[in-house]
Amino acid sequence: MSVYVGHAAEAEAFPRAAETLVADTQLRRNVRHATDVIRRKRARVVDEVPDWEALRETGHAIKQHTLAHLDRYLEEFERNCTKAGGRVHWARDADEANRIIVDLIRATGESEVIKVKTMTSDEIRLNEALEAAGITPFETDLADLIVQLGEDKPSHIVVPALHRNRMEIREIFRRKMKLEHLGDKPEDLAAAARVYLREKFLSVPVAISGANFLVAETGSVVVVESEGNGRMCVSLPRVLISLVGIEKVVPRFEDLEVFLQLLPRSATGERMNPYNSIWTGVTPGDGPREFHVVLLDNGRTNVLRDDEASETLDCIRCGACLNACPVYRQTGGHAYGSVYGGPIGAILTPQLQAMQHSQSLPYASSLCGACYEVCPVKINIPEILVHLRAKAVEQGYEPWQERAAMKAASIALASGSRLEAAQKLARAMQWPFEHDGKLEHLPGMLASWTEFRDLDAVPGQSFREWWAERG
Amino acid sequence: MTIDLFITCYNDTLFPDTGKAVVAVLERLGHRVAFRREQSCCGQMHYNTGYQSEAFPLLRNFVRTFADAEVICAPSSSCVAMIRDHFPKMAAASGDEKLVERVEEIVPRVFEFSEMLVDRLGVTDLGAYYPHTVTLHPSCHGLRSLGLGNKPRQLLERVRGLRLIELPEAEQCCGFGGTFAIKNADVSAAMLADKMRCVLNTGAEVCTATDNSCLMHIKGALSRMRTGVKCAHLAEILAASA
Repeated sequence: MSVYVGHAAEAEAFPRAAETLVADTQLRRNVRHATDVIRRKRARVVDEVPDWEALRETGHAIKQHTLAHLDRYLEEFERNCTKAGGRVHWARDADEANRIIVDLIRATGESEVIKVKTMTSDEIRLNEALEAAGITPFETDLADLIVQLGEDKPSHIVVPALHRNRMEIREIFRRKMKLEHLGDKPEDLAAAARVYLREKFLSVPVAISGANFLVAETGSVVVVESEGNGRMCVSLPRVLISLVGIEKVVPRFEDLEVFLQLLPRSATGERMNPYNSIWTGVTPGDGPREFHVVLLDNGRTNVLRDDEASETLDCIRCGACLNACPVYRQTGGHAYGSVYGGPIGAILTPQLQAMQHSQSLPYASSLCGACYEVCPVKINIPEILVHLRAKAVEQGYEPWQERAAMKAASIALASGSRLEAAQKLARAMQWPFEHDGKLEHLPGMLASWTEFRDLDAVPGQSFREWWAERG
Repeated sequence: MTIDLFITCYNDTLFPDTGKAVVAVLERLGHRVAFRREQSCCGQMHYNTGYQSEAFPLLRNFVRTFADAEVICAPSSSCVAMIRDHFPKMAAASGDEKLVERVEEIVPRVFEFSEMLVDRLGVTDLGAYYPHTVTLHPSCHGLRSLGLGNKPRQLLERVRGLRLIELPEAEQCCGFGGTFAIKNADVSAAMLADKMRCVLNTGAEVCTATDNSCLMHIKGALSRMRTGVKCAHLAEILAASA
């Protein structure tokens, strides 16, 4: 097994990556603007649903039930998809999934593929595997296209080019599409992308898609999107391959009633997605002649094993937690070093692949709880972050100075009399750093506090001393 | 009624004035305040940083100290959230049945200061006089874990002379997050810069909250930039009188 999540294993630790990104004026402006717009839209369409809380509860319950019986529902999906003329492939890890997909494409004799709506393919680094096999992938989701042409990385799970504004996008299109006089208005950019993509839709006979849901009961695959490019991808080519994480299955068709309300409202602030494509196997004379589903594990069953964190797999990839997160707001998605950024990425990435490559991610949160508040399937992200922090400590990833300080503090705070002694000690030790009642430069780990903020000096009398004196 | 004060370790050490203000307010209402010297810390810093086993002795000390207290009041929303959200889970994880029971008994008796006043004692007018412009930072734990809603605001609105100015983007975290401020200092500072901008845009003289940890962070930057804006815990405003 070789479980990896994009390039997360080689990524810088979050605090280091973030240090560079918070200094990027344009990026911060773009991220702030985009997340503010989506957050406002989301709030509007969520507030108008009278039973939103009940919907969240139901979504959570369906997901929890499905995960508890995941084997059964996946096999049911396989049976029904196969019956309808699809073929189901099982991939234990990223390499296996890549091999399956490359082989399927080779069997068609084609050397080009169009792709749409598949963050999971970035997780397994599919494009690299395709290129190594001499197959050229073309992204057809507008944002993915911007990322691909810009030789960039996605920074958001729903809006992968969220960190780019239209002037930057114009520059990318102008260079890569060789359009000397391209304007920077949204309609100019959309028109350029349309011309570029239409040609691919009509000429490339193999497509790779992701999926938002699999329906066990019917063997159907569901993709929701805003552009219609996905609809063309899943209906025009001769061969369609859908790459899907095993957690995407839902038991019944009517479960979609819940998720197709929760997802668009949470993701893009729309009541319904403009395009909802649901297909079942193959239909003679209509759509792809050949249809494959690649079911990907890549660490997911490991997540399932941990009772305290398995609800991470409830995620329906709406991105609401990213838009709500005050940390993401400052850094964008690249700081997380993974295709999955923001709060959900901070819990998903370190669980999928070994903690050692991503132990800084569970700490990339102030635990403010904004993510939990907006999550449409009620994943208690702050609690899982804390659980993963405990794992990081247990596995010895945190610096020894911190571990020593925490142990010492635990002893010093274990009783009132010890606290009193510690207070006296703190007062006695602060004089070299005190200036006019303020501490402006502290040593060691505390230096990163005083780098940006003052700290009031420990006052001459603690509350407990005042209380004792008061009698 | 006798109200036991859980001052919390950082208020005890760094913000004794908040404790004095809580005592003043509760005594003004005719209650007796008790302070048990064996109290110390709720273990939030340890727990949230991933040091669960180091947090555990602190939970034990809390339970031992306050076992027979009738009502416990703490002027810190994040410490109350720690007790309410995590103590039952920690006790359960320890496998100590007796402890689970004692935690179950004690948790419903713990109130954050504004909850104590509005919910438990049913008062919003403390007869306070504070002739200043004030803006309120809701504090994430107060807002989302405790669901304090408009309780702090109700209390502030009844203070004579006080003009409350709406804080823009109030629900955004200030970037403190305990050890987050140390471990992710750059992002924390970026979040703080946003919060500062909002606080300064109100033109208020004072920024208040139900939690001195947020205020310590916000004040750290207000002071570093010599803005002249000060921070005061809600209790200190309610204790002020002519």
